[in-house]
Order: sequence, then structure tokens, then C-alpha cells
Amino acid sequence: MTVLHRVETDLAEADTATAAPRHSPLEHRGAEFERATALGPRGVRLREEPFLTQLNLRVPPDDAVSEAVAEALDLTPPAANKVSGDEGRALLWLGPDEWLLVAEEERARGALRAVRSAQQDASGSSVDVSANRTTLRLAGPAAREVLEKVCSLDLHPRAFSVGDCAQTLLGRTVAVLWQVGPDPEYRVLVRCSFAEYLADLLLDAMAEFLEG
Amino acid sequence: MMSSSNPNRLNASVRSGRIDRTRVVNCTVDGTTVQGRPGDTLASALLASGTIEVGSSVHRGRPRGILTADCTEPNALVQRLDGCPEPMLAATEIELYEGLEARTLSGVGWLSGERDTARYDKKFVHSDVVVVGAGPAGMAASLAAARSGARVILIDQHRELGGMLLDGQSHISGHPATEWVGRAARELAENQNVRVLTRSAVLGCYDHNYLLVAERRTDHLPTSSGAATRQRLWHVRTGQLVLATGAHERPLVFADNDRPGVMLASAVRSYLNRHAVLPGRNAVVFTTSDSAYTTALDLLSSGARVPAIVDTRPDPPARLVEQARAAGAQVYPGAAVVATEGAPRISAVRIRGLDTGGALNGSPVDVSCDLLAVCGGWNPAVQLFAQSGGTVRWDPVVAGFVPLNTGGRSTRVVGAARGTYDLAGCLAQGFAAGAEAATVAGFRIAPPPVPQVDGDRPGARPRPVWAVPDESRPPEACTDHFVDLQRDATVADIHAATETGMRSVQHVKRYTTISTGVEQGKNSGVNAIGVLAETLAANSPGEVGTTTFRPPYTPVPIALFAGRTHGSLYDPVRTTPMHSRHEQAGAVFEDVGQWKRPRYYPRSGEDMHSAVLRECAAARTGVAIQDVSTLGRIEVVGSDAPTFLDRVYTNGFANLPVGRARYGMMCGADGMVLDDGVSMRLAEDRYLMSTTTGGAAKVLDWLEEWLQTEWPELDVYCTSVTEQWAAVAVVGPDSRTVVGRLAPDLDVSAESFGFMRFRETVLGNGTPARVARVSFSGELAFEINVAGWYGRALWDAAMAAGADLDITPYGTETMHVLRAEKGFVIVGQDTDGTVTPLDLGMDWAVSRRKDFIGKRSLSRPEMLREDRKQLVGLLPVDTDTLLPEGAHLVEPDASRRPPVPMLGHVTSSYHSAALGRTFALGLVSRGQERVGEVLRSPVDGSDIEVEITTPVLYDPEGVRRDGPAQG
Repeated sequence: MTVLHRVETDLAEADTATAAPRHSPLEHRGAEFERATALGPRGVRLREEPFLTQLNLRVPPDDAVSEAVAEALDLTPPAANKVSGDEGRALLWLGPDEWLLVAEEERARGALRAVRSAQQDASGSSVDVSANRTTLRLAGPAAREVLEKVCSLDLHPRAFSVGDCAQTLLGRTVAVLWQVGPDPEYRVLVRCSFAEYLADLLLDAMAEFLEG
Repeated sequence: MMSSSNPNRLNASVRSGRIDRTRVVNCTVDGTTVQGRPGDTLASALLASGTIEVGSSVHRGRPRGILTADCTEPNALVQRLDGCPEPMLAATEIELYEGLEARTLSGVGWLSGERDTARYDKKFVHSDVVVVGAGPAGMAASLAAARSGARVILIDQHRELGGMLLDGQSHISGHPATEWVGRAARELAENQNVRVLTRSAVLGCYDHNYLLVAERRTDHLPTSSGAATRQRLWHVRTGQLVLATGAHERPLVFADNDRPGVMLASAVRSYLNRHAVLPGRNAVVFTTSDSAYTTALDLLSSGARVPAIVDTRPDPPARLVEQARAAGAQVYPGAAVVATEGAPRISAVRIRGLDTGGALNGSPVDVSCDLLAVCGGWNPAVQLFAQSGGTVRWDPVVAGFVPLNTGGRSTRVVGAARGTYDLAGCLAQGFAAGAEAATVAGFRIAPPPVPQVDGDRPGARPRPVWAVPDESRPPEACTDHFVDLQRDATVADIHAATETGMRSVQHVKRYTTISTGVEQGKNSGVNAIGVLAETLAANSPGEVGTTTFRPPYTPVPIALFAGRTHGSLYDPVRTTPMHSRHEQAGAVFEDVGQWKRPRYYPRSGEDMHSAVLRECAAARTGVAIQDVSTLGRIEVVGSDAPTFLDRVYTNGFANLPVGRARYGMMCGADGMVLDDGVSMRLAEDRYLMSTTTGGAAKVLDWLEEWLQTEWPELDVYCTSVTEQWAAVAVVGPDSRTVVGRLAPDLDVSAESFGFMRFRETVLGNGTPARVARVSFSGELAFEINVAGWYGRALWDAAMAAGADLDITPYGTETMHVLRAEKGFVIVGQDTDGTVTPLDLGMDWAVSRRKDFIGKRSLSRPEMLREDRKQLVGLLPVDTDTLLPEGAHLVEPDASRRPPVPMLGHVTSSYHSAALGRTFALGLVSRGQERVGEVLRSPVDGSDIEVEITTPVLYDPEGVRRDGPAQG
């Protein structure tokens, strides 16, 4: 039988001399994002950060297992609604037994293999979801005000700040919201089929700052 | 000096007002130009111009005038004509802007047929303390709370903070109160933890201090102000709430109390002090309490005459009587206005004594006037308090309904909203409540000291009079004693309601329509309760009680609730990675849930019928390709995954070998078909389940529900991976050639790549792929899955690999025809929640050995009935006739007199290229027994003869599945 799981991100890399072009859901909207950039003290800008490696990890609430999984990734287990690690490689807490590894591709090599090895004799799962979502980056002094138009969470710095994350609704789509910088600066991870909608929604919410 | 266009504008030396005298604002009312100043409302500009009369009354056509200066206005309702026309706006609430065009209304406006292009949006914010109302109490509460460092939001309906302080001439710490307001406003503006929302009305106050706030952002600007948000709906959640919503003055009910020139005493003050407008020069004041004396004094100091102050109380406070007399007003204690004259504006009132029992006495005194300022007492604005669950009680001392508890765990009521009308009391309560609220919210602070307030003391007890007796008529004939001016409802109407036997205020409200207008009882409600209490001989209005206070507090456009959720933002449109290719190919799309899927790809000149025939022919005779990326995908992982799938699918999955795929069917607990799809076993402990396009989210919820609530002991985890995969189905006798070219490393021969097997490989273009031999058409077919970001490249590669074979993209319509020819059902089209797998003839997919969700239901007597509807094929006897989907099927000799026994109905119906005729699928009672029978389908008055067949109409032997023999 053919080797299974070669289609998963870090197992495919060995033989990926891919000639085929990869396309992210919002690659055709870069110029539009550029035009929508508002500068100044009420500025805000949006861009896509495509192709981040993402692994959905289900880790039973067992300290030994969760620590082993985190250790395999050279990260610490994230606390509820928190992120451990940095922008280049991070574990996001999505639920009591669910984490999301988000990493730049070059810092994700071998991650799936490492996690599966740590999970080998324990319950849990690890699934490559790198192409399941794309990432939008919303930044600038007015970024929080933009999100406040489409998100019912409390995003005030006292309630949500750098290193915090949440799965929530933005308008009518589910997204993972992650504050990565104090400006503020957010990453918004969204299912690819909803990416156009979310981009439309955020651009619409940003328009007021462009006019000002 | 009074300008000619504003004859009633007071000279700045008399009243500066909060207007900009350097600029003129022009607007049009009923086609006539009206001039005002920035800072005017439409009502104050009309009054400044000498106009008090507005539209006549709705039912009786009686002349009416501006009554109030706030949101309680029942008369001065206008239709805004500029911009998108908007009905029933209170002129007292419209800030004047250049180009405003309005038409006065007689109680009824109209909705425009024009599209409202204004922008409405929403904002979601959270706070530690929210203060509603920026009068003295609310500003004090905000200051105290804000100084603690807590997050504070202060919300007020008006353009400026200050509330009643802007209507009067009070002093705080020896300076005009407006200076205190200015300092406080600056302090709040400079505190970055404070958000001040002006021109903002709290519409609703819900559980757990959840507020909806409507902010009018551009309504005060000319309509050409562009793309800015016109109104914004704020969703506010707060830990602590301080309601400083103030009070509304009540009018008085007496004969002909609706004449233009009758105005609330507080409104007269507001026009004098806020707008520097003198609404009349010869004013009678008719009051039940102290507050109107201040109006009389303000009128006198503005140069008006006040020939009479009529006070229902026999013993008004001596100091007030002294002050009034000294300023030139005559006080009539223990008296009432019993009638008015005027044509139409008031020109005289008749005054008579009112004895302690409420009866008229003494001889009438007629006094001429052009303004009658009335004060029937004050209603604390308890609407939001009551909406949030608070109870109100009647307080005879303040003569109003007040909150039963003013200091709840998280809601505090301060100032006039709880019947405290003196400034010092309002400030003290505000400071205390603000500090307490912040402290409870975790920001400890002591209340600031209350500043010295001059010449202010609590008022004497009022003497409310709910309806001044008529000089000659009994109450039931008081048809000109108006209680609700907008609804033209009178004391006589309330009597008529009680005559029919009604006692409840709720019934009387609906019978008389009192309080159902735009003011929603703010103006008319308590007077109606008072009149009803007297009619029913109740001891107090408290015995009658109030009607229910419901959101919205003030009227708002419905568009505000839609916000941006319309047009392209109404609902997400989900697209696949290949979407641009479908667009380029000219696909016609169909909505499947939120997805856009190509329905068919018409070539030039083709309609759907001919395009689908062509696409079907390609799939059956050559090669065709469909984007199937929208199918739901769920990875099911864990040592108990085989057990779990065995339980959720009707057929077995534990025994599925790794590397193979199997069609599975799911039932609900009721045994009815829920969803279906093919699942692949990726590893011993890992399956990739596929669901229908529309069922993906529902199935994941279903799986999670069973895992979390029934079988938490199972080691199984489900992860949605729908968008992780882009997939194409390559279908047809030539599909093997195309897939062989796409995946050169893959042996695609029938011998080594069997049906329902899958392989992982790397395509010729370097893309890792999972290829499965599955077929939803009966033809040789492959499904190629790649990571979503390679979807477009996969599509392009497949189109290139099949170019010489005329590879044909096909849509959902062709897919439907192909699968129906093979008798494959579509869940949701051929099933409707009442169909079991057995009804579909899919016994082969229902395990007898293992248990599964729905199994027990399948053995219930109802499920075993022999006359259940079963899936059949349907062939119209006339091979060109297309049965409508949903058409009924009846016995040929059935009587056509209703009720006609219905044997079944058509679920799917198509033209078939392969069969060269039309065909259909349907559900028919005892269908499997009826094969060969001819039934009738009554359609549009005539019958279509239909032969019942087995559902598999094409290639019943299944020989096409493995493709043409290889040579």
C-alpha cells in the first residue's frame, strides 16, 4: 500500500518540488487592501498573511500529555484564551482540549511528526489544517475600533491584549482572533471559503477611517 | 432687537441662549422658508419665526400646536422630505440644518418608496459603568465614576450635556450652572477611559445590563454629508448601570386643552433659556406644583406679561407667591383653567375655583393670553428601569410612578428619574451612585463633595388634577378634554372603555389607543391612568398601575437594526479555490447553503436544458469534471473512531480496511435519513468523513453532540477540514486517461486501483494529492483531493490533461441527472425527514449485526407498515413530458373529488441524454410492489401517465463503473 498522510503539510515537504502555483483566497485583493489603508492617529491597515502552517491539536486535559505535546513543539501549554510562543510559532488555546499551532512554514517543519510522536500512546488528535484557514492581519491605532463594529467581544486592552486569542463571530463568520501587537495589531484566522466575506466586512468597517 | 424673520427671538442681552447668532440656517416647512440659528431645533425655529401651529389632529382635524420641547411631543410631527423621506419625526427633536425640508403631518406619515442609501452600522462596546442621562445627576455620577479609573460611558439624547441645567438659570458654587456643565464635560472628554455618546437614545435596557443605544451621527448635518454613518446602533454591556433619565412634565386635561398656544411649562422655559425664543408675550401659567413658578419668572424676566398663575393647590408656598407677585404676576390659588378660546391660537382662558373635593366653585374669571404654560406634574422617566426588570410604585408625595428600589445590585436610579427634583439632591445622588457603581465594579472611590447650590430647595407637595371638571358636561361627555393628543383620545373615550366593562389599564390603553403613538405614553400615559383611576373610583393611580414599558424608548428606523447586514454583507457567500475558473468558464451559479456552486456551464446559445444534456453526454461517453470542494469533510481521529463510526452510520465502518472508502448513511434517532457521504479510512485510528455540502455543519454538531453528551468515554476527536481540501471529480470512460496523465506515479488501471480504493500520490505538477475511486454517476470516476491552495492548479492541470479529450466541466444540475439515472438519492431532495434507508431500498446499507443511531426506531410498527412510501423510478408514458418535482401521484381510477387519496409524489425529475427521454424519482406508497403499474399525476388540469420502475434506470448491472476494458 502507498504511504498514507503524504498529503499532510510537513510530511509532504520531502518530495515537494512543487511546480504548481499555490493560491491564497485573498491574493487578488492585495491592491484593494493597499488602497484601503488609513494613515495617521486613526489609521488602520489590512493585509493577508497566507500559507501559515496550522495544526489543529486535540489534547486531553491531562497534564502529562499536554506538556509532552507542548514540549514536542518547544512551547509551553497555553492558558485559556491565551497564546504561548511568538508570531513565528505559537500555540493558541481554542478550547479546554483544543489548541491550534500556528507557525511560519519554515518554523513548522517536522511539527506534525513531533506531535504525533508525543501523542502516540495517548488519546488526542493532530490534523493539518494549514489550507483550511487563511490569515488576515489588521493593524493600526483604529484596528480595535474596526473590530468593535463586527465583534461583540470586549477588546479593550484591560480585557484583551497582546497574547490573547478567542474563537468568535466576526459579522456572520467564525474566526480566530489573536492580538499580536500593542498598536493594536491582530491576526484573524478565517475559513478560506469565508475569507472574501470577512475581507469585505473589514474593508467596509475600515472605510470610515479612510474618509477621516 | 428682534429680526424680522425671527420676531420671537430674544435679544442676546435678555437671553443669550445656546445658539450661534452669527449664522443663519434656512429650512423649508410646508413649502415656506423658515430661518433659524445653529443650535435651534425645528420647533424652536418655528417658534422664533412666530409659528406655533402645526398639523391638525389625526381624526378630528382640530388645530394643534407645539406642546413640548422634547421626545414626548404628540403634535409637532413632521415628514422629513430631504434625503430619504422619513415619517413622524418630532420637530422638537430635529436639529436644524441647512436644506432641511419638512412637511407637518396630521398624525400619519408615509414610508418612502425610495431606497434608503444612508449608512447604518453597529458597534459593540463594554464598560464598567454606564450612565444614562447627562443632566446634573448623570453628570455627577459620570464624574465620580470616571475619577476612579473605571471605564465609563455617558449617554444622552441631546447634542449637549447638561440636561435641565441648560433650560434654567441655576447656579452651582456661585456660578451659572452652565459653567459647571462645561467644566464637567471637558473633564469627561479628556479622560480616555470615558466615552460620551451625545445625540444617543438608549432604546432598550435588557437583562444583565445589556443596552441598545441609537446614536444619531449625521442627522444634524445637511443631507449631502456623504458616506458617513448616519446612525449607529451601539450594543453596550456594562457591569454597573446608573439611570439618570430625568422626568417628563405632564400636560393638564381640561376643556379645549389642545389649542395651539397650550405648551408645557418646562418647554416654555427650554425655549426661553436654551433657544432664546419667547413663545408668547402674554402667558397664563396653569400648574399643580412649584416648578412652573420658575417658568413664570423666566417669562417675566424675558419681557412677557404673566397675567395669571393658576395653581390647583389652595396653599402654594408663600415664597413663590411672593416672588411671582413681586415680578408682576397674579396668583390664583386653589383654581383651575376650565376652558380656552382662540381661533385657532389661544386668546383667552377661563379660570374658576377648585374646591378640596375637586369640584368647581366661585365665579369664572376670563383672562386673555397668547400662551398657556401648563404643568400637570412630573413623570420620572422610569421606562428603562422598568424594561430592565424594575418595579415601579406610585409615590403620592411626588405624584408620580417611581422605582420601587433605586439601588439594585447593579442598577442605580438617581435624580428626577426617582422623583428627586432639587438640584442639590440630584448632584448628591449622582456623586454617590457614580462612586458606588465604580467601587462595586472594582474601582474604589469615595463620592466627591456636593458643591453649594444657590436658591434651590425641595418643592412643596403637588396637587395633581387628572381631569379638570367641565363647566357644564359630565365626564362621560368630556369629548374635548384631550388625554392623548396624537390619538385624539379624550376623557369621554376612557369612560366609554370602562362602560364596556374594562378595568385593566392594558385593555383601556388598547381600546382607546391612548399611549400607542410615537410618544408611547411619555406624554399621555400617566394622565390616562389618573383619569381611569378616578373613573373607577380607585384610591390612587397606583391601584390602576402602569402599562408595560417596552423597547424602543424612542422611535428609530428599522434600517438601524439591519446595520451593514444587507446587500453583499447580508450573508457570507462561500466560494471554492476554483471559483474564478468557473466564472471565467461562464458558469451559472446556484446557491447551496451559503456556497456558490456552478449549476451548469452554458456555451454560447445554450440554455440549461441543452447545456445539461451536453454535460451529461460528456460524462457518459468521454470525460467531464466537477468541482466537489464544497462537500463537508471531517477528520475523525482516535482509538475509538471505528466504534464511533459504526454507531453513527447505519452500515459498518470498523471493518473497513485502511486505504479503502465506503459509502455511509446516517440516521437521526428517529430512524430518518440525516446525511450521507463517503468516508475513507486513512489509518487504523483515522477516518476522513465526507458529508453533503449543505449538511457539513449540521453533521459536525451531530457528532459532537453524541460524543459530548452520550459517549464521552470514547477516545474520538472530530476536526472540520472542509476547506483544507479542494477536490475535483473526473468522470467518464476517459477519466482514467486523464487521471493517469495527471498522476504519472499512480497505477490507475482497474486491476491495481479498484473501486472504493484511494491512494496518495504526487501529481505531475508536484502537488501531493489523495485520489479516490468513487462515483456518483455510475461511470468510471476519480475524486482528486489536494490542499485547498492547490485547488486552482489542480483544476487547470485537469483541464489541460483532458483538453484533447474535450474534457467538459459540469455543474450540479448534470450531477443531479447522472446520479438520478443511477437511482442515487440526494438527502434533502429525495428525502424530507420522513424517509428511512429502508424506504429508499437501501437495506444493503443498514447493518443487522451492530447497533447504530436510529436502529431501534426502524423496528417500530410505523416503520414496518407495508404501505410506506418507497423510492421508485418514474417514467412518463409520453417520453417528452417532464413531471414537475413535487407533483402528486394517484391511482388511475381515483375519484377526483377531494380528498383524493395521494399515493406519493415526485422528488426529482429530469431529461436524460443517456435514456433519450424524461424520467423521475419519487416516493410512492408500496412503490416496490407497484413496479410496472401506471399511475397518474394530475398537473395543471390534465393527467400525466407515469409508469413505476425500479429506481436504477441506467446501467443496472453496474458494468460502467470500472470503465472501458483496457487494451
